[in-house]
Amino acid sequence: MNPPIHLVLGMGDWLSLFGHYLMLSLMSIGGAISTTSEMHRFLVEQHGWLTQAQFNESVAIAQAAPGPNVLFVALMGWNVGLNAGSYTAAYLGVFVTMVGIMLPSTTLTYVAAQWGYRNRDLRGVRAFKQGMVPIVIALLFSTGMILGGANHNPGTDWPLWTLSIVAGLIIWRTRIHLLWLLAAGAVLGWFQLV
Amino acid sequence: MHPPLPSPTVNAAASDTEPALRPRPASLADLFFSFTWLALQGFGGVLAVVQRELVERKRWLTQEEFLEDWAVAQIMPGPNVANLSLMVGGRYFGLKGALTALAGMLAAPLVIVLILGVLYTRFGAHPQVIGALRGMAAVSAGMIGATGLKLAAALNKHPLPLWLTVPISVLGVLMVAILHWPLFYILLGLGGLGCVLTYRKLAP
Repeated sequence: MNPPIHLVLGMGDWLSLFGHYLMLSLMSIGGAISTTSEMHRFLVEQHGWLTQAQFNESVAIAQAAPGPNVLFVALMGWNVGLNAGSYTAAYLGVFVTMVGIMLPSTTLTYVAAQWGYRNRDLRGVRAFKQGMVPIVIALLFSTGMILGGANHNPGTDWPLWTLSIVAGLIIWRTRIHLLWLLAAGAVLGWFQLV
Repeated sequence: MHPPLPSPTVNAAASDTEPALRPRPASLADLFFSFTWLALQGFGGVLAVVQRELVERKRWLTQEEFLEDWAVAQIMPGPNVANLSLMVGGRYFGLKGALTALAGMLAAPLVIVLILGVLYTRFGAHPQVIGALRGMAAVSAGMIGATGLKLAAALNKHPLPLWLTVPISVLGVLMVAILHWPLFYILLGLGGLGCVLTYRKLAP
């Protein structure tokens, strides 16, 4: 363990971190990733608790790892703790940031979803859920396009784009297990073929 | 191994007649491990895997139910797949189910991501590792696009006609992926338009 910066974090700092993530949770409409720029402002620019490189790595590793993307928040907490000097602090960082980002939104969503499910026959509830369907489909296509965009350089990115499109067509038309395609992508990348 | 893809009509009939006979999680443990298995397959996002497993393989949800739940999960603050886990788990086992599904979705991936974080500081600069991650990210992007293609078929059964729903979807892609407008206003504007049109169309 050899963190790039050394911090001394007091009780007030941990509470401030917790409070900030509680607030971000309520703002994270469209997913936790939509508050990334605000996290950057708070952690890197305002407090200097993370270096720019640590911030970028946290997002990139969570994207590459299996599981929900929100786990980049846990890695940020982990790195803040490591910068504060111990693995105990790192675990505390994970706990503070993850509980902070999850608690308010989870409570709100659960209550709202239960209410919506009990009243699922109301015209307003049905109109809301069905009315959002076209835009939800649009968001899926958009996410695929944004993630597939890579470096936005058609000259060098065309093998990656081809891989994305071929993988998409195979998944659309067949029932092959997704892990086989991910493994194929990893092998092609390992040998620098894409 | 797996049952054939249900045709849309069979699916609709099943959901209209006898909801009690539809597949559902057998227990809290089943719920927990199902969501853990989902999460562990989801590189670069779990959504595509959720649709594949819960709709096509396990059939706990129909295509239409999945889309409606996903709409709510998207609108509410918080990570979308976490919200979806809460809603699906809560439907079968109440609060206990909601927390079980959420824990299943987060616990194992959290451990893995922390291990990767530690490993990255040692092997992160390795060009072959970076290449493998790049290849997997490209497959994930295709996976999410394919989910969009599959779910677009649900527009056939939407209360609104295709000449309204398809342009809304296309405009949505334009605003989000090409123009990069803030999501909040797109949901409010285009989403709100969809809701108002649907409300007028549904019988009171």
